[in-house]
Parts: sequence; C-alpha cells; structure tokens
Amino acid sequence: MGFYGDRKLTAEEAKKLRETDIGPPYFRQFLPPVIKKNYGRWKDHEILNPGLMVHTAESGDKIWSVRVATPRLMATDTVREVCDISDKYCDGYVRWTSRNNIEFLVSDEKKVEPLQKELKDRRFLMGGIGPRISNIVHTQGWVHCHGAATDASGLVKSIMDELCDYFTTKELPNKVRLAVACCPNMCGAVHCSDIAIVAIHTKVPPVDHDKLGKICEIPTVIASCPTKAISPDPAKKSVKIKDEKCMYCGNCFTVCPAISIIDPYRDGLAIVIGGKVSCLRTNTKFARLAIPYISNEPPRWPKTVAAIKHIVEVYAKHARKHERIGEWIDRIGWERFFSLSGIEFTFQCIDDFTFMRDTLRCASTFKW
Amino acid sequence: MKKYETPLLDELEKGPFPSFVTEIKKAAAKNEMANDELGQLEYSYKTNRGYWKHGGIVGVLGYGGGIIGRYSQLPEMFPNVGFFHTVRVNQPSGWFYTTEVLRELMDICDKYGSGITNMHGSTGDMIFLGTTTENLELIFAELTSKEKPAHLRFDLGGSGSALRTPSACNGPARCEWANYDTLEACHQITHEFQDELHRPAFNYKFKFKFAGCACDCVASIARSDCSVIGTWKGPILIDQDAVKWHEKKGMNVDREIVRMCPTECISYDGKELKIDNNECVRCMHCIAKMHHALKPSGERGATICIGNKAPIVIGTIISHVIIPFMKMESPFTELKELGRKMWDWWDENSKPRERIGEVIEFKGMRPFLEAIGKEPIPQMIKEPRRDPFMFYTEGDIERFKKREEEEKKTGKFNF
Repeated sequence: MGFYGDRKLTAEEAKKLRETDIGPPYFRQFLPPVIKKNYGRWKDHEILNPGLMVHTAESGDKIWSVRVATPRLMATDTVREVCDISDKYCDGYVRWTSRNNIEFLVSDEKKVEPLQKELKDRRFLMGGIGPRISNIVHTQGWVHCHGAATDASGLVKSIMDELCDYFTTKELPNKVRLAVACCPNMCGAVHCSDIAIVAIHTKVPPVDHDKLGKICEIPTVIASCPTKAISPDPAKKSVKIKDEKCMYCGNCFTVCPAISIIDPYRDGLAIVIGGKVSCLRTNTKFARLAIPYISNEPPRWPKTVAAIKHIVEVYAKHARKHERIGEWIDRIGWERFFSLSGIEFTFQCIDDFTFMRDTLRCASTFKW
Repeated sequence: MKKYETPLLDELEKGPFPSFVTEIKKAAAKNEMANDELGQLEYSYKTNRGYWKHGGIVGVLGYGGGIIGRYSQLPEMFPNVGFFHTVRVNQPSGWFYTTEVLRELMDICDKYGSGITNMHGSTGDMIFLGTTTENLELIFAELTSKEKPAHLRFDLGGSGSALRTPSACNGPARCEWANYDTLEACHQITHEFQDELHRPAFNYKFKFKFAGCACDCVASIARSDCSVIGTWKGPILIDQDAVKWHEKKGMNVDREIVRMCPTECISYDGKELKIDNNECVRCMHCIAKMHHALKPSGERGATICIGNKAPIVIGTIISHVIIPFMKMESPFTELKELGRKMWDWWDENSKPRERIGEVIEFKGMRPFLEAIGKEPIPQMIKEPRRDPFMFYTEGDIERFKKREEEEKKTGKFNF
C-alpha cells in the first residue's frame, strides 16, 4: 500500500505538501546490493538462453537478468504482479529496458530456475536477448494521440504474435530492431530501425477556412510546411495549399487543427528497412523505403504483418552472420534486395525530398 | 459501469505476445476512465481513425510542462475520457526500481487516474495515461509530497518546448562496456536543469541521451539533440587464451572478426590475435562479439554529438560530432557549460519550432563552433566540402597572409 493508502489528498493538503523542482529520486537507492557493490566493475557477461544472461564482476560476484516482453501499455495491477514476482525472487529489485522489456535482476543463482518457471506459468514471454527480434519500440496510436494515422499498439501485437519465435528462440544473423510510428512525426525514432512501419497520409488536407482564421496563427501554418505548399489566402483570412507541392506530412495539422489530415480510407502504412543505431562495424544508418503503401487494416493488419515476416525471412536466408539488415543490403545492393525479395520497386522509392541527390546512383556499376 | 462490446479489440487478445487490450480491460474492470478508453478505442478500430483532440494547455502550478492535455472528440459517447490527460513522471536513471517505489506510483495512478500506464514513454518517462484536470494538482502533490521519504518522491518530466526528460542506458550498473557513468550523468544533468525542464523557454524541444559505448542501447545518436556516447583512448586489451576459447566455441575468428573489422586493423595467424590500435575506430564489433577476450582500456570519456531529429521539417538527421572527447566525471561541469552555451546560441539564432540541428544546418557549423568555443578538427566531419563556395573573414585572410610572410622569411612552407 502506498504512502497515503486509499486516502485522496484534499486541495488544501496538496497546496501545503507539494514541492516543485525536486527532480527524480537518486537511482542508486534502487540498485540491488550486488550491483551497488560491483558498480563499474563488471568484467564479462554470457547469454545463457534467449531470456537469460549473467553478468560477472571482477570480484567474481554474479547477477542474472531474466528478460520478459511487455506491451508497454500496462495496467497498474500487472505492474503489481511484476512487483510480487520481484519480491519473491529478486529481493524487490527490477528494471525496465529501453525497448519496453522488463528485466528481473536475480542475485541468487538458486532462484533463477524457479523464477523462470513461475514466469512461464504466469504466461510471461521470456526472450529478446542476443541476435533476435526484441520488443518493438512504438508510439501512442489511437490509444492516446490526436494525430495518429493508425494504432501503434495493435500493429505491435499483430507483428510480434507472428514473429514471436524470433523473440523466444530462433536466431537471426544479427539483432533485428523493429519500430512503429503512428504518423510521419515519427516519435518512435523509427528512422534508424532495421524494419519500421510509418503510418502515412496520402491526400492534400482540406482546410476549414471559417475556423482557421479564428484558431490558428497564419504565419506559423505557412512556416510549418517543408515543401512551401502553403500560402496566405487573404480573401478568406485563411491559407491555401498547392496540391502539386503537398507531400501530406501533416505538420500543418500539428500546428493548426483547422486543417484535417486524417483520412480513414486513404491513410496507410509504409515500410522502411535497413536502419541501425549502433556503430558496430558500420556507422548509424537510416532506414530506406521498401514498401510505400499498405492499407490500414485493423485489427490484425494481415498484409503488413506478412510483408514484415517476408523481409525477415529473406534476410535470414541470405545475410551473413553478424550482418544487420542494412549491412546486408549495402553488400548486395538495393537492386539485389528488390530482386531477392520480389518487392515491387515504385516511384516512391526514389527520393524527391531534401536528400535526393545523396540517394541517386552515379555509376554504371550495378547488378542485373 | 457501461459494458462495451469489443469484437475487434478481442482479436488482439489472441496469440502469444502480451496484449495491451488485456491490460486495458484489466484496468477497465475497476475504472470508469479506462472503461471509456476501451470503448473509444474499439470505435477507432471500427471506423479506422482516432478520436482525440489536439492537446490543450493544462498543467500544475508553477510548471509549463509535464502534463499533456488530452480530450476526447466524442465526450457524449465516452464521457469519462472527456478529460484524459497524460502525466509524465520523470523516471530514475536507467529505469531501475524497487517494488516499494513501483507500488507507490501505481497507487497514485489508480487513485487519481485511469489505472493505465506506459512503461515507458518514448522519451523515457513513466506515463500515467489519462486523468482529469482537477486531479492534476493532487497527483503532483502526492508525487512530490514533503511528508514522504526521499526515495518515494517523484517529479514530473518535460514536455513542449523545453528540456525533455534525459535518459540513460544501464551503464556501469550492469555493463562492462560503460566508458563513463551514464546513470550519474543523466541524474546530475536532470537536476542541474530543472528549470529548463519544467518551464518551457526554448524555441523547441531539446533532448539529452546518455549511452555508455557505441552500442548505444538508448539510441542517443538517433533520438536526442545532444548524444553523449561513451568512448576510450587506450588500446584494446587482448586475452589470447579467451580468443582460443571463442574459437573452440565455434567462432571463425578470421571471418567473423578479422574480415569484419571496418578498418582492417586486426590480424590472426591462428596463434595470436593482434590489433593495430592506432587505426581502430572503436566501433565495438570485435569487443561485442569476442567479449571474453577483448576489452577497452586507458582514458575514458564520451564523444558529444549534436542535432538528431525526426523528419519534420527538413528530413531525418542524426547527431554529428562536435566534441570528439570529453572527460565525463562528476560533477560534469564541462557538459553543463556546453549545454548553456549551446542553448544561448540556439535561442539567438532560431525561429519557433526549429531544433538545434536544423539551425546548425541553416547557419553553418562555424558560428555554432565559435559560440561553444571549439576549433575545427577533422574528427568532426566525414569528408571536407566539395564546392568552392566558402566564407572568409578578414581575420582568416590576415592569418593566411601572415603565415605566408613567415614562410618567405624562413624559406619553409607550412600547409
């Protein structure tokens, strides 16, 4: 039970008790004793199975980490369930990873197996460590965002159900990092993922002229457009959008609700591939467009899921050990990727935005 | 409580991966807000679109951020999500918790909110998803209450045109590759800049992320305006017996390590592994794959990169090097000073909604580097410019001319 139990504070109490600018509590208080003792003195680690690794300190001390997936969105009762398990096996210590997984931190080797058994019984999914698919980083979607062109959580669930074996057991040539962004704002930083889905708009947004002048700043709306498609419309005290210049990014909608970018029929999903964050072997890479449009099909998005599985399987079959998707494609060439995968090459795959020149082929050395 | 039929969302309870629908339902069983969230979400699935309004301005007294106003477009149909604001709770460095702390936070989320969390949001905060306007002050008071012991007191995170909640990889707490204390740096930067975090005064958002090595488990280079990436200066230490151990375990050292080294600085004759450390770029490939045998040594610190952002407006960009090596020791004075200098320059040179990376691109690296007091060095770039259109100041020409005069005197050229 929390500090105040079930009791709600009154407004008067709240005024007295509140304090601003205290910042987050000091993290060291939340570290297991074995981590405190060996902080900064870890020597080595070993992946014992896809959901378990052990770190060994210079002192010889060890800590076992058991990783399980979460849907990121969690009910408070589920977090309490995680607490109960942590109390039983981990002396009450637990952490979350940067990809929305939970890591149970076990200091006593004898507790590792029983913990894994209990997690299995409670239907937690262990895995994600090593050359596999870890949890999908994603955005808020229809669950809570005003600008979402699709639902991120539903896509993640549908994709991970299909690729679950790559989380729990199966190995790939290297890690494959997936991400979902529910609009072109790309809050999930999907641009450096091995495979990412970006929900996109495909239509010039209609402008509500009566509303625009009243609720939006016209210079801000004009400045928001990356392609300079928006100009003032003095007669209507509003703006006009040049159809042939608009690339439907939705930034005007972000700054001005009188422009409505959402279109349930035309909004869809694009798949970009070959990005990476880490600098192992090759530097950070941007993901590139593979599939420009798949219709938004809740609740299970069958075509999108099939496309991602297909790309993973082509990669698994052809890449060399340790190659990330982007490194594999760099070696074989994008023309070979399209021929191996059978994915149609479209006009959308040729960049015509700000970085076009860097992406064109300026040589006669390509594969047939 | 109204019972919603959710045939579409029910489809997302099938299959092996944990289901967010199950989570929402769990909260909905005892919370009206969560129940209407479920109802509205099913309606979104049915009609293929979202129903949230643009964020409104709500918050707690004295702060300009930390709360994202959220209102349903369909309050008649789903009255309990008519107000459904997000509360961002600044996570402890590295997302380490005790169960005592988690229970405290979950109780607050249940008492005043929907009982739904995000563990965690994209920037790193713990999210309480959905609460009413009148509960905001109560949540804030209970999070920060002076009556509570220090370890149970949490603050809000950042939002809007402010410093966003910094985040860090698990660093020296549980990783042998951390080149500096990412957790401590994250904690201290967050505390140093509480004002910048809670009271939006920038032209747009600004993010810090702290990664202990080039593996970059927090995606700092791809997800933060200021990416602090651990690195080192000494040689890679080699345990030759452990090299043999990896080989025995099935590693093809030649194919997987020697030939995969990006700078071809490793050799192996079957007996001894050698690394030409002068040519190594510290990419971490050999260390990560042959982790029993190889480890960094010598002076530790971080490479500071700047400017990453998502595609809007000019297209996606990732951070680029501005300081190849910075010592990262508590109290991180150099990094704090750099932050202030960067923000001053950014503030003077940007328009609203321009990120620092964009401004550097519009104005050029020179004014930025001069503002932070750094000389140009080749480690900052991948290659020099390819065009002859350059800015020269009077001072530049004077310096070139002066050097040539010296050369004429000594008869020796200096390029």
